[in-house]
Amino acid sequence: MLRLHCPNCGVDCDETELSAGGEAHLTRFGPGSEDDDFESYLFMRKNPKGVHFERWRHVMGCGKWFHAARNTVSLRVYGTYPAQVTAPPEALLAEIDAVEPGWRNKEEA
Amino acid sequence: MAHRLATGGRRIDRSRRLGFSFDGQSLEGVQGDTLASALMANGQVLMGRSFKYHRPRGPVTAGHEEPNALVGLGQGGRFEPNARATTTPLHEGLRAQSQNRWPSLKFDVGAVNAKLSRFLPAGFYYKTFLWPASFWHKVYEPIIRQSAGLGRPPEGSDADRYEHFYHHNDVTIVGGGVAGLARALSEAQDGKRVLLIDQDDRWGGRALTDGMRDGATIDGQSAETWVADAVARLETMENVTLRLNLQGTGVYDHGWMTAYERISDHRPGTEGPRHRLWKIRTGHIVTATGAIERPLAFAGNDLPGVMLASAMRDFLDDFGVAVGSKVVVVTNNDDAYRTALALHEAGVTVRAVVDARTSVTGALPGQVRDAGIEIVTGSGVKATGDQVVRSVELCAIGGDGTSKGRISCDAVAMSGGWSPVPHLWSHCGGKLLWDDARAFFYPDANRPPLGADGGAMVSAEGAAAGDLTLSALTQGPEEAPMRPVWIMPEKAGPELRTKMFLDYQNDVKVSDIQLAAREGFISVEHAKRYTTLGMATDQGKLSNINGLAVLADARGEPIPTVGTTTFRPPFTPISMGSIAGEARGEIFQPLRRTPIHAWHEENGADFEPVGQWRRPYCYLRPGEDRHSAVKREVLNVRSNVGLLDASTLGKIVVKGPDAGKFLDLVYTNMMSTLKVGRCRYGLMCSENGFLIDDGVVARLSEDSYLCHTTTGGADRIHAHLEEFLQTEWWDLQVYTANVTEQWAQIAVVGPNARKVLEKLGGMDLSKDALPFMAWAEGALAGIPARVFRISFSGELSYEVAVPANQGRALWDKLLEAGAEFDIQPYGTEGLHVLRAEKGFIMIGDESDGTVIPQDLGLNWAISKKKDDFIGKRGQERSHMTDPDRWRLVGLETLDGSVLPDGAYVVDEGENANGQRNMQGRVTSTYYSPTLDRGIAMALVRRGPERMGEVLEIPGTDGRSYKARICDPVFYDKEGVRQDV
Amino acid sequence: MSDLATPLNGRRAVGYVTVSEDAPRGMISLRGDLSDGGIAEAVRAVTGANLPEPLGLTAGEAGQVAWMSPDELLLFVAPNQTTDALTGLRSRLEGVHHLALDVTDMRAAFRLEGRGVREVLAKVTPVDMQTLAPDTVRRTRLAQVAGAVWLSDEETAHVVCFSSVGTYVFDVLATSAAPGGEVGVF
Repeated sequence: MLRLHCPNCGVDCDETELSAGGEAHLTRFGPGSEDDDFESYLFMRKNPKGVHFERWRHVMGCGKWFHAARNTVSLRVYGTYPAQVTAPPEALLAEIDAVEPGWRNKEEA
Repeated sequence: MAHRLATGGRRIDRSRRLGFSFDGQSLEGVQGDTLASALMANGQVLMGRSFKYHRPRGPVTAGHEEPNALVGLGQGGRFEPNARATTTPLHEGLRAQSQNRWPSLKFDVGAVNAKLSRFLPAGFYYKTFLWPASFWHKVYEPIIRQSAGLGRPPEGSDADRYEHFYHHNDVTIVGGGVAGLARALSEAQDGKRVLLIDQDDRWGGRALTDGMRDGATIDGQSAETWVADAVARLETMENVTLRLNLQGTGVYDHGWMTAYERISDHRPGTEGPRHRLWKIRTGHIVTATGAIERPLAFAGNDLPGVMLASAMRDFLDDFGVAVGSKVVVVTNNDDAYRTALALHEAGVTVRAVVDARTSVTGALPGQVRDAGIEIVTGSGVKATGDQVVRSVELCAIGGDGTSKGRISCDAVAMSGGWSPVPHLWSHCGGKLLWDDARAFFYPDANRPPLGADGGAMVSAEGAAAGDLTLSALTQGPEEAPMRPVWIMPEKAGPELRTKMFLDYQNDVKVSDIQLAAREGFISVEHAKRYTTLGMATDQGKLSNINGLAVLADARGEPIPTVGTTTFRPPFTPISMGSIAGEARGEIFQPLRRTPIHAWHEENGADFEPVGQWRRPYCYLRPGEDRHSAVKREVLNVRSNVGLLDASTLGKIVVKGPDAGKFLDLVYTNMMSTLKVGRCRYGLMCSENGFLIDDGVVARLSEDSYLCHTTTGGADRIHAHLEEFLQTEWWDLQVYTANVTEQWAQIAVVGPNARKVLEKLGGMDLSKDALPFMAWAEGALAGIPARVFRISFSGELSYEVAVPANQGRALWDKLLEAGAEFDIQPYGTEGLHVLRAEKGFIMIGDESDGTVIPQDLGLNWAISKKKDDFIGKRGQERSHMTDPDRWRLVGLETLDGSVLPDGAYVVDEGENANGQRNMQGRVTSTYYSPTLDRGIAMALVRRGPERMGEVLEIPGTDGRSYKARICDPVFYDKEGVRQDV
Repeated sequence: MSDLATPLNGRRAVGYVTVSEDAPRGMISLRGDLSDGGIAEAVRAVTGANLPEPLGLTAGEAGQVAWMSPDELLLFVAPNQTTDALTGLRSRLEGVHHLALDVTDMRAAFRLEGRGVREVLAKVTPVDMQTLAPDTVRRTRLAQVAGAVWLSDEETAHVVCFSSVGTYVFDVLATSAAPGGEVGVF
């Protein structure tokens, strides 16, 4: 039963107050885009064993979406941040580097 | 024979006598007894029969780990099977029944299984019920069903109530023995919010029995004084919550814990909940859960009267109950000598202590020797008896079991050493280490379960951490090393091994584990499932280590290599009621009611669930069935005027400078061009291109719109809009609000609709003032209202929205005004029939998550001018533009009958599985009262190109229907009736 | 039926905590950029209350203001003042991007009274009810539905939920407050 901090209202949410929204920072491909790009936007998801950036909505609370950086194995939460960004904040990435050295290489592999 | 001693019993109050019954026999116990202690005080050690072989069984423990003494408790709505007699507090009038026996506990027909045990080995089910396949249903299943199950399920509804309770704190300590109390004091002194819980009804754990017996001191005080003092100090601290009868049952991610509180099991029928499930969110969990003694695997170790040594002295110390009058103690360690001493001091004859060790030199054995009790070293036993143990035969521990002599007895206390309780530590990933000298697994402090911050979420204290003697706190007697004994005697032959029970509850023996290993089930998880070792309701609390050791020996590998099976919550079985909490009966799940719900209830509404709403399917008049009521309601709308509670319809306000732009992105059609005061039907798709909702949009003002959704779609569509606004197009200046419940909405439908509404007065509802697909704001009968001229029936129709709290008032006024026209309410089925007669699609009928609007002939509602909308790219994919897609048509049966719902349209030929090929399916099918015949809509391959073709549609009734493809609009194709 | 109707017609259940439907109040949902001074000014004008901090509740002579989310407030006013307050807000916020709506009828509101209010609520919400400070508004889960909870003092709690589930929430609260269910830990 996860607990995530909602950066919008400041509440430490119980998982039952949240709804999960899957992988974060997808790029939307609309009309005119290539089939491969559209397929990747609609269907292809990372599902990593380790560091994952994901979307959550505080549905039983302020109703706002936010992002969480979380380890899918240890369930460690590196941080949560607003939904209105297209990439994780640099400071957060640096923190993850510090505790999970080499995670970026794993992600590329 | 088991009996109550004249004195002693720390927990009991002999002056308060309690009457109870066991298998119908009236017995007496005293306040403070458990059912097990009270039965044994009455000489009753036999308490049940085992699951597989129906062997006679008595308690083997005195606590929560009990596998044998399971009974059925109570009766009627309070009957509960498989209750542990050892943890069931006795109360006046308690009624208990033994289980797994027929016709009686003493004489049980099923015990023939024991005689057949050589034919019922591990994996019996897998090996026996294989063939012939024709036997599965008629022969094997009845046999398995007959013999399956433990206890009998309760009948009828549970008479009690249950609840949940959320608790937040910094530290939750499970176990209120010395270790838990000491940890609580130190955490509390650091200012933490501490919750200390114990499954027992008293604090102190084993310190109160063994600690007092040893004369151990803690901080210079006796164990009893220290415990009382610690509890008193904790009770004064505001940041500490102390709670008894509350068992830590499960540890989960991020400091989440469940705990199970038994509130009124000992006083059934009193007001208040029976059980309470605590849902704890804590910063840190401390398991101070102590240790559990292990049985020894000798032949006959399951006979009633054979019991863990610690349990035997607990019955003595706590309840003044001696399990027998002539006891043999069998051990591989010093601790069991405490039991010999306790029995001796209480005046119970100890015939001998049989010790597997060849050299016995410790302080406790010394005291036993001094007491004149014989110690037989280097030996093991085999127990014999019938419904109770009668004697033990001695044998050399390293031998094959050749008898060295017999000692008669009526109870055997056994001890194979102790194991820390690692369950809560392990639930969420804590790892264990093996201690070779003391032969147990204990928590590896370097690999604890991790919390959200990456740090240790759980720590273990005291015996649960492997510190079995609490040496840091107490100065008890020094104990000599134990000698691990997994099979007694070590070279026992097959005859003995088939009588050495490892898992009492599931009747798994040493021979079963060895057989599993021989047959290749060498992984511990496989061996567990093949033999069912540890899979009973006690989850292997006693059998785990012994079973692993036997498996390890069979594999010729060390125990830690074999590893343990997975520990899963709950620690002991908890009631289903506690899991459900308050959610039963009327509040099993939220039921959504419209402001007019009460009227429906009072006027014959036959409800159907629509999401969590309850909507009238139809209104039954005396003598009517559903079919005739729906027919009446539909004909009344077509010829007169009907009334529909449409309050459940979703209503979402979208406002802002970019509202039009945003709606153009979420609807397939153009909404920004809609004029203020006008309405437009719109479709929403997912990014995949599939139709997800439809409804009428009304433009409220230059920068605001009201979007109607389907009844089930309001929350989902509002979330869909917010998701795109917050996470994709956050630069758009748009606010949305789901105002579904602010408005009661009533559809007034039929040729006389206008006349009825005009009687209410207040608004000009003429065709010129309020044409079709327009809306207006005003007041009707003095109630502020928005009136939408939209139609889902093809008739002249007004949907009137008023503030919800005035919805019932408007409904009543409409009924009053419509009385002269014989206005009638109609339900959802009438609504469906009316729309189907008009060929209007219904989300969830014509759409199912794989249907695009183009399939439904709704191309007119898909803008070609827009660069983008959600779903546009998806609809451009080749499969979406395939001319072979199944598309919407009407179907009329050749004989006028009604097609079966969901039926498939078959094609020539068969597929690879020998099934008829498909070319379509029926999406909606009704009897049309207006046309007096069956009508249907269907999705058919290239359907609209095949008008007039006759299709074959098999039903599930063995019939095959013939239906002709036609226009899906069955009635008033020109649409003149709605536009008058 | 009058304007002052409430979804449950004033139901009341007496347990070890009393649960009753609150007296009618006008409720206005206001969405906008809360950092825009115009919003604060308009809110103060119609309620007399200052803008609350996140999760806060403020009171003025003509109403209360509850913080609902970073861009949403819920205003409570006297029931006969709702229309005026709404009109007042809208006219003061002319030209400011906002959404102000009367949401009175879509809500059911309950009042819990008694020494055990914190623990009765702790049976139905994952919020830490032991430490929730008075006038802190938590939108959360109440058993199986969404709702908002706050205390006005140690023995008075307030619950707001959607009106369609008002009966459900009332029944859940009344069950939780039924005699014999005292937990006794807060």
